[in-house]
Amino acid sequence: MKRVYVNEKWCLGCHLCEYYCAFASTNEKDMARALKDIRIKPRIRIEEKDGISFAVSCRHCDEPLCVKGCITGALTKKDGVITINRDKCIGCYTCILSCPYGAVSPSDDGAVQKCELCIKTARGTPKCVEGCPNGAIVFEERGE
Amino acid sequence: MAIEYIYPDYEIVRDYNRCITCRVCERQCANEAHEYLSDVNKMTADNAKCVNCHRCVSLCPTRALKIVKSDHTFKENANWSGKSIKEIYKQAGSGGVLLSSMGNPENYPVYFDKILLNASQVTNPSIDPLREPMETRVYLGAKPGRIERDENGRLKNNLKPHIKLSMPVMFSAMSYGSISYNAHESLARAAAELGILYNTGEGGLHEDFYKYGKHTIVQVASGRFGVHKTYLNSGAAIEIKMGQGAKPGIGGHLPGTKIVGDISKTRMIPEGSDAISPAPHHDIYSIEDLRQLVYSLKEATAYTKPVIVKIAAVHNVAAIASGIARSGADIIAIDGFRGGTGAAPTRIRDHVGIPIELALASVDKRLRDEGIRNNVSIVVGGSIRSSADVVKAVALGADAVYIGTAALIALGCHLCRSCHTGKCNWGIATQREDLVKRLNPNIGYKRLVNLMNAWKHEIKEMIGGMGINSIEALKGNRLMLRGVGLNEKELEILGIKHAGE
Amino acid sequence: MFRNLSGCAISGIFSKSGRRFSGKSIIDSIAVMRERSNGLGGGFAAYGIYPEYKDYYAFHIFYDHKSAKKECEEFIEEHFDIINLSKIPTRKIPEIKDEPLIWRYFVAPLPTKLADSQLDDREYVARCVFRINTRIDGAYVFSSGKNMGVFKAVGFPEDVGRFYKLDEYEGYCFTAHGRYPTNTPGWWGGAHPFALLDYTVVHNGEISSYDANRRAIEMYGYKCTLKTDTEVIAYIIDYLHRKVGLTLKEICSVIAAPFWSTIENKPREEREELEYLRNAFDSYLITGPFSIIVGFEGGMMALNDRLKLRSMVVGEKDDMVYVASEEAAIRVIQNDLDRIWSPSGGEGVIVTLEGGIT
Repeated sequence: MKRVYVNEKWCLGCHLCEYYCAFASTNEKDMARALKDIRIKPRIRIEEKDGISFAVSCRHCDEPLCVKGCITGALTKKDGVITINRDKCIGCYTCILSCPYGAVSPSDDGAVQKCELCIKTARGTPKCVEGCPNGAIVFEERGE
Repeated sequence: MAIEYIYPDYEIVRDYNRCITCRVCERQCANEAHEYLSDVNKMTADNAKCVNCHRCVSLCPTRALKIVKSDHTFKENANWSGKSIKEIYKQAGSGGVLLSSMGNPENYPVYFDKILLNASQVTNPSIDPLREPMETRVYLGAKPGRIERDENGRLKNNLKPHIKLSMPVMFSAMSYGSISYNAHESLARAAAELGILYNTGEGGLHEDFYKYGKHTIVQVASGRFGVHKTYLNSGAAIEIKMGQGAKPGIGGHLPGTKIVGDISKTRMIPEGSDAISPAPHHDIYSIEDLRQLVYSLKEATAYTKPVIVKIAAVHNVAAIASGIARSGADIIAIDGFRGGTGAAPTRIRDHVGIPIELALASVDKRLRDEGIRNNVSIVVGGSIRSSADVVKAVALGADAVYIGTAALIALGCHLCRSCHTGKCNWGIATQREDLVKRLNPNIGYKRLVNLMNAWKHEIKEMIGGMGINSIEALKGNRLMLRGVGLNEKELEILGIKHAGE
Repeated sequence: MFRNLSGCAISGIFSKSGRRFSGKSIIDSIAVMRERSNGLGGGFAAYGIYPEYKDYYAFHIFYDHKSAKKECEEFIEEHFDIINLSKIPTRKIPEIKDEPLIWRYFVAPLPTKLADSQLDDREYVARCVFRINTRIDGAYVFSSGKNMGVFKAVGFPEDVGRFYKLDEYEGYCFTAHGRYPTNTPGWWGGAHPFALLDYTVVHNGEISSYDANRRAIEMYGYKCTLKTDTEVIAYIIDYLHRKVGLTLKEICSVIAAPFWSTIENKPREEREELEYLRNAFDSYLITGPFSIIVGFEGGMMALNDRLKLRSMVVGEKDDMVYVASEEAAIRVIQNDLDRIWSPSGGEGVIVTLEGGIT
């Protein structure tokens, strides 16, 4: 299954992936309209320190701890992609605590959110990959 | 002080309706022109720091930015332009020599834009490059004057060492130090994939790039940086840099702050010391000394590599070229006054040298008049901007061209001409690690390959249209050119007729 | 330079045994292709026609006026022994008008002058011919070989043949050309064949690489003065054959070199040779559609450009070889052929007195 992989050699810490991710989650056509005057809550986040930066998003683990810990079954694995059923999520945040990568985060409406490889936004290629200006984020099959 | 204040040339214009304060402009501007004001949650910009490199414009995800030329004006004056006035302010303040980067931007005639190409019609069919073979392969080097046969009467290969190119274009010399490691890697990988060569420039060859040796021209410049026996033997050809189009008559200068780490190691000089290339080679004070160096290099490489001599286009370039053609060199490279540079004194860059079109025409003619044109191949540069310029240069008499600025533009350069600050936002003319990162060679080399493939196709279309299917039939074929808006003298020097004749 | 444009006709007849035959057949052959010319130029080359003077160079010269003749003859006398001189016999016919003075001289280089010059006699003769053509106004040497001659004029070739009484000459090889120029007005010098020493060239086509070829060959003492691109082919062949020493087959691989992609697929030895020739002699690649017939002492060569953009047919019967732009031009003089074929582009057909066809 194709996953999003980041090569920190090329990550510039420009944070554009975060904004493209946030834009993808809205249903707007124009980014300025979509993100004006809001504080974004992207599903991919840049972690940076001492000149190294790296974009972190859900790894869609083969043995997902978040799914194991989800008490309502809102988190499930479908065709390899870990997805969230927002209606079932009760905001207990167990998944946020379980994820070793810190890839799950709270969203604005109480449910949690994380990268779902843009399958719900029907894009084809995840938006963070498209938007990275330096080829640091790729979408590929690595047989892992 | 008020007397020192110079209004910025460019202004950053932000459409606040579209700005989403993502701060990418702030994060990515090495000149720190943008700033996020957290108390009012707004972006602001300092125009004085903007160099018009378009990094922020290109990255802004909502296209909220543009750079405009400031409309702050001096009174109109055809003689004292705002530029001339500001340069005096700068010099009155600093007492220093004005420095500039990239090629001469002043308003001198561009002869390539006054030359038009022929196409065949009716009497001689044009050739369709989609259906017929169209050959762009070129060999650079001396042609033998005579043939030799072996005991069976078969022809012997008595060709001297030469370069084989898949098309008549090579990447020009840009030193490691003036441009980044990633830029060199992009050039080397592209040259290898395309079947052409790139040039190390005077900064030596980084050990990681020895593997591209078959596609590398190693340069021996006046500072002799990085020149040792393995270096000479690792390339496909050796270029002696006698001069450079952007700064004829003077040498190069890379400040000590840039001589760190790998740069210092590759150039073989101590960290922190200024890398000054003297104006003349201090062992070449006449043409016979040049001949001695040519043969020393050939001895050091067992006569297996062709030797190129690179000169700047100056007034008596034809006579100089004639001397070089008799000195044992295999290829002459001529760099016109529009050639680029990492840094040069502004006055030298803008006022010294002659256009490459005229230099090429007179060198080609002089060598033919003296019957020695076949002793050498001619490569020209400064500035070749498109495939049309390539075709015109070959028709005037060149065997191949060098491209420098065009290659950097493919890598992302926006010709902001601030290379000498060392803060290239595109990762090209800088050594700062955080900036060099911005040029990903996996992306960069692909863009160079794309550019050259596009030019190769355009060249095939143009020569096919002339009824030619092989680039050697275009070399020196001046009847394929006509001038427009040129006076008699210019036409005479170029050796072409006026359109309509 | 006014370009010679397409739509011409060429023909050639060669006897491998050296049997001499009348010029009538070549006239009949070229006459069939009248539609391909427009009457503004025609000419012939004939080999073996001066057996009694076969050791002397036969200069055929046009003079625009008497003073040119005087000046030229003074030059010739200073440099050559003149064995015989006369007007070239012609027949007055209404189709050929405005003829210049046409004279013929059988000469040998003056031994003392030749020794002083330190050249071999052919180079000496070639240089003298260039001196006359470039420096003496109104004089033009249009043929300068031994035991051969060029006959050309403004007019349809069959009329030119009748004008020069070509049927009264006997030789082992004749070539012919009819022109269809749209540029050069009637100038006798512009007609084909173009000759230097015993090399003659008739050419149907247009050379798009002309200026590249011209500027390359002019480095070696040749000067293209005749306002027609065919001239450069004659000089290139003279240079490569006489001065450089390439064989005619090697010359075909230079002027009509195969494509690189074709060369890559050849066996190693042949590939290396072809690569060498294309690299070393790159400026002599002739681009543009052409079919040419080259005559030289003891032989004839026919060649098409490598894309075969002009027609050419070769026929054989016993010891006779026929080359022409059209099959009809061969059949009209010899209908019963042993074989007839179209050579491929870039494939030279070379016949000589000693051997067979290569």
